Amino acid sequence: MKKRVIAVLLAAGMCVSALAGCGNSSKPDGAGEEGKVINVYCWNNEFSDRVNAIYPEVKEVSEDGTVTILNDGTEIHWIINPNQDGVYQQKLDEALLNQASAAADDKIDIFLSETDYVNKYTDAEADVAMPLADLGINPDTDLKDQYGFTRTTASDMNGVQRGSTWQCCPGLLVYRRDIAKDVFGTDDPAVIGEKVKDWDTIKVTAEELKAKGYYTFASYADTFRLYGNSISDSWVKQGETTINVDKKIIDWINDSKEWLDAGYLNKTVKGQWNDDWNKSMGSDSKVFAFLLPAWGIDFVLKPNWDGDEGIWAVTNPPQEYNWGGSYIHACTGTDNPEHVKDIILAMTATEDNLLKISKDYSDFTNTTNGMKKATTDASFASAFLGGQNPFVYFAPVAENIKIAPLSAYDQGCVELIQNAFSDYFQGKVDYDKAKTNFETAIKERYPDITEINWQDQME
Amino acid sequence: MKKRQKSISYAKWGYYFILPFFLCYFIFSLIPLVDTVRYSFFEYYRSGIKEIGPTFIGLDNYVSLLESDMLRYGANTLILWVIGFIPQIGIALLLAVWFTDIRLKIHGKQFFKVVIYLPNLIMASAFAMLFFTMFSTNGPVNSILMSMGVIKEKIDFMGSTFGTRSLVGFMNFLMWFGNTTIMLMAAIMGISVDVFEAAEIDGCRGIKRFWYIILPLIRPILAYTLITAIIGGLQMFDVPQILTNGQGAPDRTSMTLIMFLNSHLKSKNYGMAGALSVYLFIVSGILCFIVYRMTNRNDSDEAKTAAKRRAREERRRRK
Repeated sequence: MKKRVIAVLLAAGMCVSALAGCGNSSKPDGAGEEGKVINVYCWNNEFSDRVNAIYPEVKEVSEDGTVTILNDGTEIHWIINPNQDGVYQQKLDEALLNQASAAADDKIDIFLSETDYVNKYTDAEADVAMPLADLGINPDTDLKDQYGFTRTTASDMNGVQRGSTWQCCPGLLVYRRDIAKDVFGTDDPAVIGEKVKDWDTIKVTAEELKAKGYYTFASYADTFRLYGNSISDSWVKQGETTINVDKKIIDWINDSKEWLDAGYLNKTVKGQWNDDWNKSMGSDSKVFAFLLPAWGIDFVLKPNWDGDEGIWAVTNPPQEYNWGGSYIHACTGTDNPEHVKDIILAMTATEDNLLKISKDYSDFTNTTNGMKKATTDASFASAFLGGQNPFVYFAPVAENIKIAPLSAYDQGCVELIQNAFSDYFQGKVDYDKAKTNFETAIKERYPDITEINWQDQME
Repeated sequence: MKKRQKSISYAKWGYYFILPFFLCYFIFSLIPLVDTVRYSFFEYYRSGIKEIGPTFIGLDNYVSLLESDMLRYGANTLILWVIGFIPQIGIALLLAVWFTDIRLKIHGKQFFKVVIYLPNLIMASAFAMLFFTMFSTNGPVNSILMSMGVIKEKIDFMGSTFGTRSLVGFMNFLMWFGNTTIMLMAAIMGISVDVFEAAEIDGCRGIKRFWYIILPLIRPILAYTLITAIIGGLQMFDVPQILTNGQGAPDRTSMTLIMFLNSHLKSKNYGMAGALSVYLFIVSGILCFIVYRMTNRNDSDEAKTAAKRRAREERRRRK
C-alpha cells in the first residue's frame, strides 16, 4: 500500500514540477538598480535576430536562441508567441494585465507591436507603452533622422511618442519584366513607372495588359492598402463608438468592383495570403504586378517565385503607401529603463546599425540619411530584381508617405470590410447586403461599437 | 496485538483512484461551466486592452442574441448537418447489410472496414485544409476536370452557397460514414442467426429481409446514432471554419452556431458567448433527454408490446 501511495505522490510531483517549469523564479533586485532580466514580447525571431546581430552589448546567445546574454550579465529573455489568429495579442494582453503584480524580473520590459494594432498599445489612457521622453529619449533630437510618419504612428492622441521602429515599409509596384517586354516592348522601370504613375493612367495601362491576356494585379485586396492608408479620418474617433467608413474606402469598393468586372484583376484570386494568391506569383501566372513593401519582396514574392532570378523589377506605385512595420515599446513598469533606452536607441536611431540591417536583411530602415546613401550605393542592388537597386524607388516613396489616422479598431475594420465586400465583388450579394454583413461582423468583433456611418450618401 | 481485520475492503481504493478525475473535473470543468452561466447575465468584454464590466445586465444578452441572426445560423447548422447525414446513414446501412450478409461472401472485409474508417482518423481541420486546397479555383480538382474536358471554365466551388455547403456535407459524410457503418454492423450482428434462418425458410430475402427483419431489430441503435449525430452536428465547427476561413462565406450561409460563438470570443465577449452557450446547452439537454428515454426504455424493441398483443389474441381465440 505504501508503495502505491509513494507512486501516486511521485506522479503528482512530476506533474507539478512540469508545470512549474513554465514560471521562472529569480531573486528580486535591489532598489534603484537595474533588473537582471529583460523580458521581450514579440511574435517571431525577426527582432531577436537583428538585436543579436547588431546590438553591440550582446555577449552571447543561448543555444536554443531564447536567451541573449549582454556584456554586463543581464539576460534578455525572448517571449515569442505567433501573430496568427491574434495569439500574440492575447498573450501580451494577459501579461499586461498582470504587469503591476508581477515580480520585478517577470515584468515585461519591451514589447513589439505592428502598425495594424500599434494604436491599441500607444493609447494614452491605457498607458502600457511608456512615453519615450520618460526613458530619457528626446524624440525631437535623438530620433530626428527617422521618417516622420513612423514617429506619428507610434504617438498617442496627444502627440506623445510611445514607441520607435527600425523599419519603414514604403511600398512599391513590383512587376514582371517578361510581361512588360511582351506588352510594352520595354522593361525599363522609368517607362513602366510612367505608365502606372496614378490611378487614371494605370487604368489605361490595365486595358493594354488585358488585350494581351494579362491581369494588372492579382486580387482586389492588393490595392486596399493604397486606399486604406489615405483615409482622411480614423475608423473610430477617440472616445466615440461610431465606425466611419471613409470616402476612400467607398472608392476602393467601387473601383475594385469596376476593375474586377472589367477583367483587370484575376477573378479566381480571392483576397491575399491564400493558396491562389501565392500561385499568382508563380511563373505560370498571368499577373503583371504586385504592390509590396521591402519585406513583401523578400518574404512573400521570392519564396513563391519559381522562375529565374532577375525577372522582377520595381517601380513607383500609383500612390505612395506604407504597409506594415514593427514598433518597439518600453513597457510601463519596466525594471530596466536604462537597458531599454539603450536598446531602442541602438536599434532605431543609430545610422550605421540600421544600414547594416538594410544590407543583411534587405529591410528598408528608418534613417533618412542612411537610405539616401543606399540609393547611390551599388552594393545595395538586388539579384532577384535583376541587379536593380530598389532603394532608389523606396526612398522617395518613404518621404511622401502620409500615414492615415489610426485607431485601436483598425485591424478588425480592415480585415472585415475586405471579407464582407468579397461577396459583393463576386456578385454573391448586393451592395446593401454587403454593408449589413460588415455591420454584423464588426459589432461581433467590437461589442462597444454602436453605429456604422457610411460616407457613401453624398453621391 | 492488533485486532485482525475480518475482511479487507478494496472498495476505498476505487474511490482513491477516481478522485483525481473528480478533482480535475471540478476545477477545470465544473467551475468554468458555472462561470459561463454566471457571465451570461453580465456585460463583460474587452475593448482594446481595457476590460469592460462585468456589469450585471440581466437577460439582455439573451434578448439581443434572439434579435441577432442566431436562428439563421441555427438553420445553417441544420442544413449542413442534413446534407452530410442523409448520405451517411444511407451508405452506412447499405454497407452494414452487405458486410454482415454471410451469403455475399465479401473478401477482405477487415480491409474495407479499416479503409472506410480511415477518414475519421484524420484531424477534421487537416481534412478541411486538404479539401480547401483541392477544390480551390486553381486547385487540382479544377485542373483535372479541365484537362478531361468535363468543364470549359474553372468552377468556383467555394464561391457559391451550394458549393460550400455541399463540400462541408460531403466532408462530414466521408468522416463519419465509416464510424456509423461499424456501429450498425455491430447491431446487425447482434441479431440472432435463428431469426435470419427462419425468415429465409419463410421466403423472406433481399429487400424484404432488410425492411422487415433488420431495420426493426436495429432500431434502438439507429435512434442512438441519430441523436449522437444531431448533437455532433450542433457542435459542427472545425470543417466549415477552416474551409471558409471563419467567415462562413459566402454571405454567412455556412456560418454555424459554434462559429458564431467563436466570433464573439474573438473580442473576449464572455457575456454574449456565455448566453449563446446556455442556449446550446438547453437544446443539447433536450436532445440528451430524448436519447435517455430511448435507450432506457425497457421495451426498446417493442418485444413486450408484441408479446402482450400476442397474449391478447391468444385469449381471444380461446374464448
